[in-house]
Amino acid sequence: MGMTLAEKIIARAARRDSVQPDEVLWVDVDMAMTHDSSGPRRFWPALKELGVGVWDPDRLVIVADHYVPAADVGSARILQTTREFVAEYGIERFHEAEGISHTLMVEKAYVRPGMLYVGGDSHSLTAGVLGCLAVGVGSTDMLGIVATGRMWLRVPKTIRVVIEGDLAAGVTAKDMILTIIGDQGMDGGLYRVLEFGGEAVAAMGVLERSVLTNMCAEIGAKSGIVPADATTVAYLADLGVEVPEGPFSDVDATFEATWSYDASHMEPVVARPHKHDDVIRAADAGQPGLNRAYIGACTGAKYSDLAMAADILEGRKVAKGVLLQVAPASRAALQQAMDTGVAQILMEAGAHILSTGCGACPGIGSGVLGPGEVCISTTSRNARGRMGSPDSEVWLGSPYTVAAAAVAGKVIDPRELLKVPA
Amino acid sequence: MTIIEGRVWKFGDNVDTDVIVPGKYLIGDLDEIANYVMDGIRPGFAGLVSPGDVVVGGKNFGTGSSREVAPRAIQAAGISAIVAESFARIFFRNCINVGLIPVECATAGEIAEGQHVRIDTEQGVVRVIESGTTHRAIGLPPEVGAILEAGGLEPLLKQQIGGSQ
Ligand code: SF4
Repeated sequence: MGMTLAEKIIARAARRDSVQPDEVLWVDVDMAMTHDSSGPRRFWPALKELGVGVWDPDRLVIVADHYVPAADVGSARILQTTREFVAEYGIERFHEAEGISHTLMVEKAYVRPGMLYVGGDSHSLTAGVLGCLAVGVGSTDMLGIVATGRMWLRVPKTIRVVIEGDLAAGVTAKDMILTIIGDQGMDGGLYRVLEFGGEAVAAMGVLERSVLTNMCAEIGAKSGIVPADATTVAYLADLGVEVPEGPFSDVDATFEATWSYDASHMEPVVARPHKHDDVIRAADAGQPGLNRAYIGACTGAKYSDLAMAADILEGRKVAKGVLLQVAPASRAALQQAMDTGVAQILMEAGAHILSTGCGACPGIGSGVLGPGEVCISTTSRNARGRMGSPDSEVWLGSPYTVAAAAVAGKVIDPRELLKVPA
Repeated sequence: MTIIEGRVWKFGDNVDTDVIVPGKYLIGDLDEIANYVMDGIRPGFAGLVSPGDVVVGGKNFGTGSSREVAPRAIQAAGISAIVAESFARIFFRNCINVGLIPVECATAGEIAEGQHVRIDTEQGVVRVIESGTTHRAIGLPPEVGAILEAGGLEPLLKQQIGGSQ
């Protein structure tokens, strides 16, 4: 009987010929990542107690992204601990304030198609865009992996998500995944792997596709995966990594379900506070008294996202009373935005450029929300208090939608402001 | 075999880790964080709980970020098990890894605040003491049971690594 891509990857990692959904297995991890928040500060004391070192320093990536730049002494100490760990165990792939971990895993091609990759963060799923099985875990799991290179996992069922048709101009991967989440609910993919395919996915670049795998976390999935196609192969080749297309699910693999969507029917959408599956058309959002627009996070501040925002903001100004903040997802994204003039457009529109990192997304960096503030954001979560005060509100939308809202001072369909070629 | 008996503290669907432990507290130590656990939806929760009590939730309990301090803080407040209709997957793993028992029970929603329950993890049964009603739970696979029996992943690693040295 055929296997899904996820089953194939797990079978190899478990040194088995085949695996069945719901089996619990111990597997070998090919690549691991941990960051300043969930990382060494949490598991180093226990690692010392175990009396072992890092199982393979070349397979561990460490990124300082949550507490950069240090806003207070506590944050500075977390960063010091992270650096001390890196020095002690000789971790070469360490990046501080160079980008958000999930963005870097993709931009630096630290994962390859077919790998089992485990990150100490719920959005580690992002890397599944490169055709690996990317799974997020907590700190004690990471302790076990750092110490032994192994972890336990339950073999997930796979749901195929097939998105045919063409997205209209002004409609993005963010609208696509929010539409799916709104439809299936925030636990609609619980314990499942979502395997993406179809014309609309094939037509997107790797960074844009990564919004789909990133927000699989918001539908409860264990992982989201885009099998490596010609686009993936070309993206990796640009980074100096030569790989063939695939691996793929077998033609006779068993999928639990297929979710079929038509991209040509999708529209710009937003998730209302405080639930990311409360999704409505941006055009129907009414008039929340907006005072913040935030373009940031691994979800929504890659170069492709900054460029979308610039498409809207070119020659326009942010509305009075709205603060537009942009926290690029990586230095590479910021550099590219500077090279192409995108950064200039954002600045001229009145955007405040924040440091590269998680910023206000998790409510611990700079730019957090105060009581009563209403924000529209390109990030992935809007639970009460996520970006600051429990009395603030967060709407989620695409970079187009956030930029358009910043200009209009209210949530609108961004296509009203987009110069759509006739 | 693990038997747990305690008072029920009832919560709804999709209880988010951002609500269990808001990001602003992540900088602190566990003891400090435990004082604020669930504060956003149940002010003063940590002070109300008696050791051994049980949290009962709805669907997708523990959704959101991977922060392990979420189950650790619930545990530090005195809770010994969480019964829910379903769990968010990282939260479920984290519970097992820190030794807090997650019980998946489709009818958890019928259990009421303030009732007392007796949980038999091996048999997969949750019994409401006041009414005598029993609820079927999903038993944990033996590989996972072994982790809980050791008291969590860290003690298990100690046994394994200690054993091989
Ligand atoms: S940007 Fe936000 S979602 Fe992404 S890793 Fe940082 S805190 Fe998590």
